[in-house]
Amino acid sequence: MGRTPVPDPAAGTVVEIVDGAVTIAGRPILRGIDLRVHEGEFVALMGANGSGKSTLVHALTGLRPLARGEVRVFGTSLDRFRDRHRLGFVPQRSGAASGVPASVWEVVASGRLTRRRWLHPLLRRDRTAIAAALDVVGLADRAREEVASLSGGQQQRVLIARALAGQPELLFLDEPTAGVDLPNQQALAAALGVLKERGATIVLVAHELGPLAPLVDRAVVMRDGRVAYDGPPLADHEVHGPLFGEGHTHHHAHDTAAPAPGSHVPHVSGPLDSRGEQP
Amino acid sequence: MTFSDLLTQDFIVRALVAAVVTGLAAPSIGTYLVQKRLALMGDGIGHVAVTGVAVGLLTGTSPTWTAVVVAVLGALLMETIRERGRAGGDVALALLFYGGIAGGVMITGVAGQSAATLHEYLFGSLLTLSVSDVWTAIALSCLVVVVALGLGPQLFAIAHDQEFARVAGLNVRLLNLLIAVLAAVTVTVAMRTVGLLLVSALMVVPVATAQQVTRSFRTTLVVAMGLGTLASVGGLVGSAYVSFEHEVNVTAGPSIVLLALACFALTWPLGTLLRRRRRLAEPFAAVDPMGHELAGDHPHVHGEDCGHLAIQHGDHVDYVHDGHRHAPHGSHYDEH
Repeated sequence: MGRTPVPDPAAGTVVEIVDGAVTIAGRPILRGIDLRVHEGEFVALMGANGSGKSTLVHALTGLRPLARGEVRVFGTSLDRFRDRHRLGFVPQRSGAASGVPASVWEVVASGRLTRRRWLHPLLRRDRTAIAAALDVVGLADRAREEVASLSGGQQQRVLIARALAGQPELLFLDEPTAGVDLPNQQALAAALGVLKERGATIVLVAHELGPLAPLVDRAVVMRDGRVAYDGPPLADHEVHGPLFGEGHTHHHAHDTAAPAPGSHVPHVSGPLDSRGEQP
Repeated sequence: MTFSDLLTQDFIVRALVAAVVTGLAAPSIGTYLVQKRLALMGDGIGHVAVTGVAVGLLTGTSPTWTAVVVAVLGALLMETIRERGRAGGDVALALLFYGGIAGGVMITGVAGQSAATLHEYLFGSLLTLSVSDVWTAIALSCLVVVVALGLGPQLFAIAHDQEFARVAGLNVRLLNLLIAVLAAVTVTVAMRTVGLLLVSALMVVPVATAQQVTRSFRTTLVVAMGLGTLASVGGLVGSAYVSFEHEVNVTAGPSIVLLALACFALTWPLGTLLRRRRRLAEPFAAVDPMGHELAGDHPHVHGEDCGHLAIQHGDHVDYVHDGHRHAPHGSHYDEH
């Protein structure tokens, strides 16, 4: 497995952000972000809670607008990017239970939307891709079950299968290993290994790499909304060392000073105020 | 005249057609509302539509069409409020509900109409539908059902996971507004069947009933549409029968809603039982036992239908036995 810190200059840039800044509810969160991910790279975005690593992935996928700078995907500005089937995204797992039951197969099938035409039925190639994606994450035998009846780790694998079903060239994952037990993390690492071998580019947000560590080509460590390190992979404990974090605070500690995960903005609002967030 | 003669009367046939199309349309869009955890949105739109009906009565235009316009505007406003202010969304919706119903009652008074006129719209009046009412109901219901089924994959994706849908390139805001508009159209269609105050029941109760026994979204949608039709036709025919044979005044709208609720009450224990059985039959984690521990004195022979629950455990079967798990091993049983 290549651990090349300096990627092959011949390999094209798949996604880049130039002088990126993200503002949430008027407060600057990410500042001066320059990042370029090359074809076939496996990049781990790391950092403590509230360091901005998830926000960065949201900016790269267009879920957060940039206050300045630009995101380019496959050479096209993200605003004008139409080939959505080349992108895959695995959001942070929220409570998968929704109001109406949904089967594993149905959730994975929705990953084909980027390749299906509107008002057209599923084609044979769609069904093949869905079955293959379920196979890769090892859930083919659970396809007909309700997603909510699966364990947290299995639900995470369902979300990965959904992204795989779209056969993306560039895959973003937001904390896929959070709250997932070791066997499920290993299953997840195996699935991402398959994807990496196929030549896909992977950008993954993680607290700890665990079984994913051997796959990582490059680590980017975020600290307080800026890139603090960009280079060869680091061991989990190094990420939170004095250089990149706040000394010996373990990153799972309940740090009262840190904002709630995913908010970054102090909660000051009236009942009818909009939180100023892009929905 | 016998009861079967009554069923061939024109006004009953018109009512039956309207009942079938509303019974199909309301749960089809209701499934997406329940999926989005907006089960009460139909109620909100219903309240706002009261003002629409009143505007129709005041201006002398068809209350159905003014209700469509006002309900769509109300739904769009609700969707916008919900999207922008996450913290205060429910309060804002409540404000809209009260404004809708207060405005409706006041404008009806100004228009010089009696409360009885408004009553028709609040609780439905299936038996007084005109032919054009029925055609309107058919057209609007078809629109709702075709969009709800045709755009099923897209609407499912945004209702299930908005972040994923946005990265997949779907216009989530537009599709959310589409669901809101379809809900508003459904409310006005169902207004004459079950009434504005009971509309939401026909959108939500069949879905809640269906999901007692279903495990996938598509089955839930289809079963809910079937249950909705069953409830609305059954409620109409049942209320007509009781009114005709026993000379009491049983109105169709509330009968439909109560029948739908009765279906839910019947399936609930069934759903609980099914879920319990599914939970018990779930295979044990394929983890090897900690050691070779014999199950002690064991005169009972486990086997098919031996009375103990047999559950898959890795490559063999464990029998659940007074809080223990017994696995056959040669001539004895192991504790697993």
